Amino acid sequence: MVEGSGRGGWVIFVTFAIAMLLAVVSLPDSLPRELGHLRPQWIELVLIYWVIALPHRVGIVVAWTIGILMDVLLGSLLGQHGLAFIIVTYISSSLYQRLRMFAVWQQSLIVFAIIGLSLLINFWIENIVGLAEWSLWYLLPAIVSALLWPWIFLCLRFSRRFFHVA
Amino acid sequence: MLVFSILSLALMAIDQLSDIFDSARSGLAVLVYPIVMVADYPNKASEALGDVFDSRSVLQEDNLRLESELLILKVKTQKMSQLAAENARLRALLHASAKLQDKVLVAEMVGVDPDPRRHEVILDKGADQKVFVGQPVLDAQGLIGQVIEVNPLTSRVLLLSDQSHFVPVQVVRSNLRLIARGTGTSRQLEVNHVQETADIREGDLLVSSGMGGRFPVGYPVGTIKNIEFKPGKSFAVVTALPSGLLDRSRHVLLVFVEDNILIRGEASGG
Repeated sequence: MVEGSGRGGWVIFVTFAIAMLLAVVSLPDSLPRELGHLRPQWIELVLIYWVIALPHRVGIVVAWTIGILMDVLLGSLLGQHGLAFIIVTYISSSLYQRLRMFAVWQQSLIVFAIIGLSLLINFWIENIVGLAEWSLWYLLPAIVSALLWPWIFLCLRFSRRFFHVA
Repeated sequence: MLVFSILSLALMAIDQLSDIFDSARSGLAVLVYPIVMVADYPNKASEALGDVFDSRSVLQEDNLRLESELLILKVKTQKMSQLAAENARLRALLHASAKLQDKVLVAEMVGVDPDPRRHEVILDKGADQKVFVGQPVLDAQGLIGQVIEVNPLTSRVLLLSDQSHFVPVQVVRSNLRLIARGTGTSRQLEVNHVQETADIREGDLLVSSGMGGRFPVGYPVGTIKNIEFKPGKSFAVVTALPSGLLDRSRHVLLVFVEDNILIRGEASGG
């Protein structure tokens, strides 16, 4: 078990890199900026999947490291995304046995709740610093992410099995 | 879990209150630089594709238009040199210091903040090219923002249209000094504290006033679009259309203001 636990780490790394890329990739200039509200929380989705699938490999430390990198990438306060990702990881790792049993649409509901919470944490921090004003747009990415979850889940499960990540 | 949460909270507090993490942040920024570059690739590729597939006639038209533009600009500069000489002479008569031309550095936008509420962009020039925090950023039409964060290879620019951005402006026609604030939409600025008796009209050009010492004097900021006096309110609601194409420009200019260069020159000389 110990020997096998190191396999396919690069798959996890690559999926996170792709998620980070999708999180910052710029829309074509011809589209209105407001479409950005529809951007799903790619990293949280990938994070939730790996925490459910391999809780012994992807945990708080990975989540926090990626969070700090995101803070640098987005110019937010150092630790803001770190904190949000830790909480996402904590909730999904404490629910992982139950989540594995759920049907995909039930998982979607949980994903909606978890990502909604992380968005609220982000908003809360930005609000304290004085950067943000509340609007319901804040929760739109959670809905989009929840709708996207089944596909993310299937894609990542396929790549996990295909590359024998354990 | 608890340890990392407390660590995050502590980091955020320190990051908000001081700038001791700036060097660590720039180090990490180099680490994520490839992501910024790759994320910009679709835009670059579509641009390149457009270049490849432009038809001959379109290119010829472009060429013709650019040539005529160049001619007009050349004529204008001929006049400019005469005006500049005259200006220098008059300034000498007034014993004012001679005004030099501001130096500029061309930069390309490589990223836009994915959050539509925040009007920030990333440029491909950084500390290696002597970009500094607070540096004014222009495009061909006018002022578009200022540098708020500098990393070795990239820098982050806060646009005029961000809700937290204020720029001191001056009405060219009446020399009235005002403050223009971003509204969170790319095509609108808000001009604060305009009294009912103020000499301001629709269509007036606003230029940076140089107050506060951050932006150089005289770069176009916007034109007044709408003035609305509300009875019972002490100030009018005034909106302006930004001159710079805040959401369209991909190539921008970083300005090295002359004073700054002088100060830096003295600092390095002494």
